[in-house]
Amino acid sequence: MPLHPDYPGDYKYKWHNYQPLRLSGLEPLVLTPETNFVNIGERTNVTGSKAFLRLIKDEKYDEALVVARDQVEGGAQIIDINMDEGMIDGVESMKRFLNLIAAEPDISKVPIMIDSSKWEIIEEGLKCVQGKCIVNSISLKVGEERFIWEAKQVKKYGAAVIVMAFDEVGQADNYERRIEIVKRSYDLLVGPKINFAPQDIIFDLNIFPVATGMEEHRKNAVDFFQATRWVRENLPAAHVSGGVSNVSFSFRGNNAMREAIHSAFLYHAIKEGMDMGIVNPAMLEVYDDINKDLLERVEDVLLDRRDDATERLLEFAESVKGGTKEKKADDAWRSESVEKRLAHALVKGIADFVEIDVEEARHQYTRPLHIIEGPLMDGMNIVGDLFGSGKMFLPQVVKSARVMKKAVAYLLPFLEADKSEGTSTSAGKVLMATVKGDVHDIGKNIVGVVLACNNYEIIDIGVMVSCDKILAEAIKHNVDIIGLSGLITPSLDEMVYVAKEMERQGFKIPLLIGGATTSKVHTAVKIEQHYTGNQAVHVLDASRAVTVANSLLGENKAKYVEDVKAEYDRMRVNHAKKKAQKDTISIEEAQKNHFPIEWKSEDIVKPKFLGVKTITDIQLEEIVPYIDWTPFFQTWELHGKFPKILEDKVVGVEATTVYNDALKMLNQIVAEKWLTNKAVIGLWPANAVGDDIELYTDESRTTLLDKFHMLRQQSKKTDDAYNMALSDFVAPKTTGIADYMGAFAVTTGLGIEPHIAKFEADHDDYSSILLKALADRLAEAFTELMHAKVRKEIWGYDAAETLTNEALIKEEYKGIRPAPGYPACPDHTEKWTIFKLLDAEKNAGIQLTDSLAMYPASSVSGWYFGHPKSKYFGIGKIEKDQAEQYAQRKGESLEFIEKWLSPNLNY
Amino acid sequence: MKKPDVREVLKERILVLDGAMGSLIQTYNLTEEDFRGEKFKDHPHSLKGNNDLVGISRPDVLKEIHCLYLEAGADIIETNTFSGTTIAQADYHLEHAVHDINYYSAKIAKEAADEYTAKNPDKPRYVAGSIGPTNRTASMSPDVNDPGYRAVTFDQLVTAYSEQVKALIEGGVDILLVETIFDTLNAKAAMVAISNVQEELNTNLPVMISGTITDASGRTLSGQTAEAFLTSVSHMDLLSVGFNCALGADLMRPYLEVLSNNTSFGVSAHPNAGLPNEMGEYDESPSDMQKQIVGFLDRGLVNIIGGCCGTTPAHIKAIADAAAKYQPRKSINFTFETTH
Repeated sequence: MPLHPDYPGDYKYKWHNYQPLRLSGLEPLVLTPETNFVNIGERTNVTGSKAFLRLIKDEKYDEALVVARDQVEGGAQIIDINMDEGMIDGVESMKRFLNLIAAEPDISKVPIMIDSSKWEIIEEGLKCVQGKCIVNSISLKVGEERFIWEAKQVKKYGAAVIVMAFDEVGQADNYERRIEIVKRSYDLLVGPKINFAPQDIIFDLNIFPVATGMEEHRKNAVDFFQATRWVRENLPAAHVSGGVSNVSFSFRGNNAMREAIHSAFLYHAIKEGMDMGIVNPAMLEVYDDINKDLLERVEDVLLDRRDDATERLLEFAESVKGGTKEKKADDAWRSESVEKRLAHALVKGIADFVEIDVEEARHQYTRPLHIIEGPLMDGMNIVGDLFGSGKMFLPQVVKSARVMKKAVAYLLPFLEADKSEGTSTSAGKVLMATVKGDVHDIGKNIVGVVLACNNYEIIDIGVMVSCDKILAEAIKHNVDIIGLSGLITPSLDEMVYVAKEMERQGFKIPLLIGGATTSKVHTAVKIEQHYTGNQAVHVLDASRAVTVANSLLGENKAKYVEDVKAEYDRMRVNHAKKKAQKDTISIEEAQKNHFPIEWKSEDIVKPKFLGVKTITDIQLEEIVPYIDWTPFFQTWELHGKFPKILEDKVVGVEATTVYNDALKMLNQIVAEKWLTNKAVIGLWPANAVGDDIELYTDESRTTLLDKFHMLRQQSKKTDDAYNMALSDFVAPKTTGIADYMGAFAVTTGLGIEPHIAKFEADHDDYSSILLKALADRLAEAFTELMHAKVRKEIWGYDAAETLTNEALIKEEYKGIRPAPGYPACPDHTEKWTIFKLLDAEKNAGIQLTDSLAMYPASSVSGWYFGHPKSKYFGIGKIEKDQAEQYAQRKGESLEFIEKWLSPNLNY
Repeated sequence: MKKPDVREVLKERILVLDGAMGSLIQTYNLTEEDFRGEKFKDHPHSLKGNNDLVGISRPDVLKEIHCLYLEAGADIIETNTFSGTTIAQADYHLEHAVHDINYYSAKIAKEAADEYTAKNPDKPRYVAGSIGPTNRTASMSPDVNDPGYRAVTFDQLVTAYSEQVKALIEGGVDILLVETIFDTLNAKAAMVAISNVQEELNTNLPVMISGTITDASGRTLSGQTAEAFLTSVSHMDLLSVGFNCALGADLMRPYLEVLSNNTSFGVSAHPNAGLPNEMGEYDESPSDMQKQIVGFLDRGLVNIIGGCCGTTPAHIKAIADAAAKYQPRKSINFTFETTH
């Protein structure tokens, strides 16, 4: 059957003067003009196959290889491999799987398609495959510059490429947009900037679902067919591919229907010139074997031949599922109870009797709201469950939603009359957005329709919406719920960010997470606990959205939230258990694998001074030469190393201006003594006892002065690496060797307030920021100066040291000065001990806030370690066994420790 | 005096590549002290047999060998740098010597080639920087119990090759020759290194790619067929693609035909002097080898021809004499329409 009356006939290849597309695994695959269609296996894709995802997550690579082998044996000529899943390490999984495939000649004989939305995963794949593969995919989504860069990389690695019909505006969803984007992409690729071989270009023209029940989806298949023809006729040697299973998305769960639709779709697409496709061969009916009645209805939909095409196909779909034998009892449901009638009407999408039934219900229920929350929601829940389990299809859900809307509309006047009870007319306002960096919105739009049908007011602010805008709009419209959507993997991180921002800005409304790559476990592990203002919930699909929204805004919210929290907690615990097993070791093992130092008395220099010393006689001008300017520019969001940054092509002029202003103010600060600087340091006899460091009142080492408590790295190390703790740098008491350590607190921020106040009274924010930034730099510089003074004079272990400021910045000196709250000892509460020992508040004028920040802000405190082998490191994540041990050592409760160390807990 | 671009010369005639290096070095019976020279006299590990060092410790020997091949009629001589990567030199703990190996070996070859070009400007001589496969494979595991393991990564190879390529170019080579490719992924890393370095140095030296078909299975060691190999390395504009080593000329022919029928690049071959005999020696005589090469030439299969293991200046002279009588292979031309 031809496509339409003016159908030009099957596509005939016309680019014989071009080389064919050549690919290779261990064996070549050449797409000659005679090649009808190349079948790409889709089962080794974690986003498309739950079974495969489970194998990769559980690291059952042997079984994952079986999936790959089955595909090749089943006729796949190329295999698509995708590891884009938020909960697995995509780069590592891609590498491991491809390396294993390379050892299996019966798999690696075919070319590989490396499929990812993350460039680093694609690049890792390209580094593992000897044959000529296909990169899936690149696009103009983030602009030409990135597109050109990626295309050149693909070329350098020697791969063909799939180009998605995407651009900065979004995904092409009609004929004209597809042509516009592919033409532009093609011209760039074969043009002088990239010089990509034209036969190595494959366009993915976006296959969208048909028969969704939505008017704007009616031409989804026809537009694809026509765009395919246009590419093959107009872009020399280029190819067309696509993911076929998407077309039958509305019929999830009904394989008989899906197989027929896939087959009919491919039949027409191939005639138009589509020559590659991602297909599950097991999900393809033979075109000629499709029931003729069904085929006609499928093609009516694909080719958009009738207004009632979708409804006719749906009718047939039910019969294919074997559910039409009830015809005789058609009206029997009318004699059931009103609740059952409403449920039936909703499930079947019958709007004819709904007003009568609602009116009847109104006389049975005391309040109209109870009808909505009772029988109507019960009905919608059945719809949601049926859709979720593949027993209902999207268009039916949309119909159900309309019945619901009709019922609610009928009840509206009664709801308003019931206002004394505080009922609002709309079920609630929902803000919907696809997050920054993502352009997919089909799913979001569907959720919008379904919610709107359920009397929600939808504020849809579109795609690629930044976090700021989402939150600003949410406030502006005073919405009741925020719904975030995303389809590609990187959107997951953006959603986490939005959740954290909601927390930070004190939002108090529920957050819904949805979209193809989102998952309940991701929401539980990465999102939910970061947002405490209200509940964050993962929404599996459109029909669930109503149930979830109603639950979150309804009377039974508390119970629902409790259930969700319990479930998410359980998922987090399971996830952590699984994860934790892999990469950490027990604290006892970690302590055994401590950093080894061969302790010798001659490596240790006894400080020339022991005790606490306040230093107030250092002038500001002595500190200035120690300034490290690079971070100063970072404050102003000017990135580059000093002094090179002053000549930087992009930011050089701006950097020079602010630098000159800074020097000018610095002169004033010094000359007019705007700031007062103070330092207090202490040096004590010390020895390590386990992971603690004991300080003694004097050299006899008989009276304990105090203890510092250190944390130890607990990650599993490779053979020649150690599990470090700062206490490793002080001689253990058991060695009998006398060792020492120190602590310090310095500030340069005293007296800053009147100057800041003066600037702010003048509305001179620039000078105010400049002064604060300079004070911070001076504090760091003063710390550096004091450290040098300690090394050379006060402790004197490196009296001969002569280092330039550059060498100081590069930390080339002996010994370290780590600060509590920073990576080597993330516990801020150790500051209390330091401040107590130094009496820093009195001696240096620095106060600790409740959250252990120092005031004035331009202050630094920390420890001195003098051993030449001591070095900086990061603790990373710690386990509960260490937290418990640490709490005991510090004499604090576990809750207390867990509160302060929460970012470091691996459980 | 500037010699013509080798890309132009290749259109006019068959170019002859030189023969084996290692077996000629052996004839000098160099001692441990010879290999060490002044520079490595205190190196704590034995260096005897590290042929790539000859350019540094006995430049006189290296130049003499190059001249023997130039005298025999070679148009292209290969630098003595087959193992000149940090990866291959790690066996001798000489990673730090890699720059000098490549730089000095290239310089000596260039000196020799320039002398012969000056003698007869109508027969310009070229130096190809030899880039070997290293002794590790990026797409195979050395551990049978752990097939996913790799002894070297792509990135490590790119780093090592980049260092070699840079020094070769600085030493003055005219061509870069990635040869004896038993794992195509290694070769692809070398090609990335070449692109990167040429971009950095703003040079555009022609590149030759030469794989190795291990045995009569017709596949590389990493399992690719000749055509799959060709497909995997054709993303760069190449001077030639070909095969060398492992096989004698007669056994190599069917695979050269695959290349010749499927590529628009030049085709090169430098086979061994037959297969090794029971003593491990190559004993195919120059005239025997010449007969088989004539078989290539009759079929118009090659643009560049030379010798690998076991071949000597006498073999190269025999090959050069034969090649002089033939026209070069005509490349398949895919005429590209211009649509823009």
